[in-house]
Amino acid sequence: MTHPFPFSAIVGQSEMKQAMVLTAIDPSIGGVLVFGDRGTGKSTSVRALAALLPEIDVVAGCPCNSATPAAVPDWAEGVGTEIVSKPTPVIDLPLGATEDRVVGALDIERALTRGEKAFEPGLLARANRGYLYIDEVNLLEDHIVDLLLDVAVSGENVIEREGLSIRHPARFVLVGSGNPEEGELRPQLLDRFGLSVEVASPNNIDDRIEVIRRRDAYEMDYDAFMAHWQGEDASLRKRILEARKILRAIETPDATLRDCAELCVALGADGLRGELTLLKAARAVAAYSGAETVGREHLRTIAASALRHRLRRDPLDEAGSTTRVARVVDSVLA
Amino acid sequence: MDPVERWAQAATAAALLAIDPEGLGGLWLRARSGPARDRLLAGLRGLLTAPRRMPPGIADAQLFGGVDLAATLSAGQLVRAPGLLGSGPVALIAPMAERMTPGLAARLAQTLDASQGHCLIALDEGAEPDERLAASLADRLALHIDLDGLALADCPPPAFDAEEIARARTYLPHVRLGPDAHAALTVAALRLGIDSLRAPLLAARAARALAALDGRDTADEDDLVTATELVLAPRATRFPEEDTDEAEPPQDAPEPPPETDAAPEDELDETDPPQRLPEEILLQAAKAVLPPDLLARLAAAKAPKTAKSGAGAGAAKKGNRRGRPLPSRPGRIDGQSRIDLVATLRAAAPWQTIRRKLTPDAPQKVLVRSEDIRLRRFEEKSDRLLIFAVDASGSAALARLAEAKGAVELMLAEAYARRDHVALIAFRGTGADLLLPPTRSLVQTKRRLAALPGGGGTPLAAGLRASLDLAALSKGRGLSPTIALLTDGRANIALDGTANRPAAAEDARAMARALRAQATPSIVIDMGNRPQAQLRDLAGDLAAPYIPMPRADSQRLSTAVTAALDS
Repeated sequence: MTHPFPFSAIVGQSEMKQAMVLTAIDPSIGGVLVFGDRGTGKSTSVRALAALLPEIDVVAGCPCNSATPAAVPDWAEGVGTEIVSKPTPVIDLPLGATEDRVVGALDIERALTRGEKAFEPGLLARANRGYLYIDEVNLLEDHIVDLLLDVAVSGENVIEREGLSIRHPARFVLVGSGNPEEGELRPQLLDRFGLSVEVASPNNIDDRIEVIRRRDAYEMDYDAFMAHWQGEDASLRKRILEARKILRAIETPDATLRDCAELCVALGADGLRGELTLLKAARAVAAYSGAETVGREHLRTIAASALRHRLRRDPLDEAGSTTRVARVVDSVLA
Repeated sequence: MDPVERWAQAATAAALLAIDPEGLGGLWLRARSGPARDRLLAGLRGLLTAPRRMPPGIADAQLFGGVDLAATLSAGQLVRAPGLLGSGPVALIAPMAERMTPGLAARLAQTLDASQGHCLIALDEGAEPDERLAASLADRLALHIDLDGLALADCPPPAFDAEEIARARTYLPHVRLGPDAHAALTVAALRLGIDSLRAPLLAARAARALAALDGRDTADEDDLVTATELVLAPRATRFPEEDTDEAEPPQDAPEPPPETDAAPEDELDETDPPQRLPEEILLQAAKAVLPPDLLARLAAAKAPKTAKSGAGAGAAKKGNRRGRPLPSRPGRIDGQSRIDLVATLRAAAPWQTIRRKLTPDAPQKVLVRSEDIRLRRFEEKSDRLLIFAVDASGSAALARLAEAKGAVELMLAEAYARRDHVALIAFRGTGADLLLPPTRSLVQTKRRLAALPGGGGTPLAAGLRASLDLAALSKGRGLSPTIALLTDGRANIALDGTANRPAAAEDARAMARALRAQATPSIVIDMGNRPQAQLRDLAGDLAAPYIPMPRADSQRLSTAVTAALDS
């Protein structure tokens, strides 16, 4: 079996990689949206992320990856108490997936053969405690978007259909990618992503050549290539785990809180979600860099990713939201 | 390039695809159905391992796998069918690829990315430049071939046989690229204006397949050249820079600098070819293949092409024939509604044990009663299209134009939630232009609006006619068009383009009546400093609300339009 292209072997795209690493450190930051042109490695990095993430402990056989036997939902039958570790789930939500497949539905097989009313879990159950990846998220059909929004807010999937009345936890990090030329994303969904990143092809020729070279090596000299880069991935994974450990101990000075608030007010970002995400992401940055307190340099690193998609859209501003954030960051954190 | 060469190139492309279907992703074959295409396809089918034709409008379950209902019913237990792509590597032949929905294109693209050995042969029969394969797929298919205009006489049967291909396949894993090949391909791609990094990668794969075809274990310069012709040249968005702008000044002024630059290079060319930069060679190759009218073609193709992708999300919901699915509900089979088979089975499923006990002798595997029948329901709600017909004449003044632009962008910013699409027609001088085809993409809009020109006469009738045409077209696509006419009302250019005020007014009224006959709702916004009686009459002809709005800003315009539409 071939592994996906290693995360650490992705050339450049540091903002995208940073955003993904941060959600691995603190999943409650809440998802990454990657928007950009074709052929910039959006999908590659998500698939690479799956291989990078540390394993999680789950009850063996639990359809929604419960951590303890007590947390296993009662409709799941035949689940023991044995705890095993397995890779963090990264579940693909394909465009055109039916509602049934996403939320789960009556198990037709058992209903037909044994006349039993049993529940067949869907993608949301499998994504619990992991990642849900939607490629071309802006092309997702509206009724699926509505479902996702509801579940993403509540962290719980409630199924009321065909005589079933079932609920199970569904906490996942949403990762979406798309090409803005194909259409816009509904603001409600946009807001659900913690961080957003805009990717473009590298315009530096050497970087471009390096991309081609590595990709080619991955395809042609698979073993040697993986041997080298999986080592890099492993040390990155170690850093993520260390950052997770110290995350809670990181101090948040009042001055930083004030900075967050001032940034959001100056930008006119809607709601408090922006502020909270900004703070959490900055804290994760601090943990990743081994700092003990969250400071301005951390805010500066992450402000654009955390805020640019929360600005009230001003169609008349040609500069674009990234520039607006940068401008405000410069003046507020001067 | 002459027809014979083009055909030879197409045949080579077919052979390469047969050698490395997974690595090359596939072939974008742009041609109307005809003998040349048939011959190429027939040859290709003979070389591929598992060619499978995908009928247009295929259901997802058939393509990607799903529940096999017929088998499920007869077996009495759930039977899953693997789908066309589910059972081993397949060369998928997709006819009418230009009509593929963006959703399907996206899913096929994902399938190709997953590298399960599939490849796609997209048969694009687009007649117009704007009917073409989705860009997301085109980007992933290495080989782009256009057979347009080839006669059968130009097309001898392809020369590759299955044995050669099989031999090349065994060679392929051992083929390496030279040390500079990656750099050369990357730089060549960049200088041809190709942004996607997939292109040079695919070109590298093609070069490797070419070497394998020749039975060599290193791809040499010729392979790179051919790969460039096949993969990079069709994607070029510009001539390599040196060829257009920078080559000309030296001709005007053949002074020292160009001489010192050019002379040694020429010498090298003659005496010592291997020392030339490889990418220069590649660019030469690409240039030789690029059609001389590339730029003109791009200019012609660009607008509609981006328009298509701009309409992407909208086109996916084409006609809303499906609409948002609602839960199916119990009902009777009346020959009109569609039965939701799965839901029907689900409804019947829990009762099977009981019913079996009641009627032990029933021959059916599944006991379905009429009360189990579930009918499909869709929420039919057509997307609205707001057509802004904006007066860009000199009298309407540039400032008003800016406000109209702003209003369009504001409407668009709200468009997603309201399910609206927006289009913009500007009329000025002697005619009307569709500046922004129906779209919901802000990115597209900004790009188009920035370039909106102003000045000249007021061809009101032409503007109305363009709106009428667009409205009719969009109705055909299942949108409900509404026209918002923004003008100061002094029509002074007739439909035939002449400056004749009475004729212009008459033409405008005639077009207005035509619009009214089509029952397209519209509103008229008078942007003039003083309200125009003439325009009020025109609004009467249109049966449209008339809103005089002197000194309106974008926000007020947008609010007024929204209010008029919702009332």
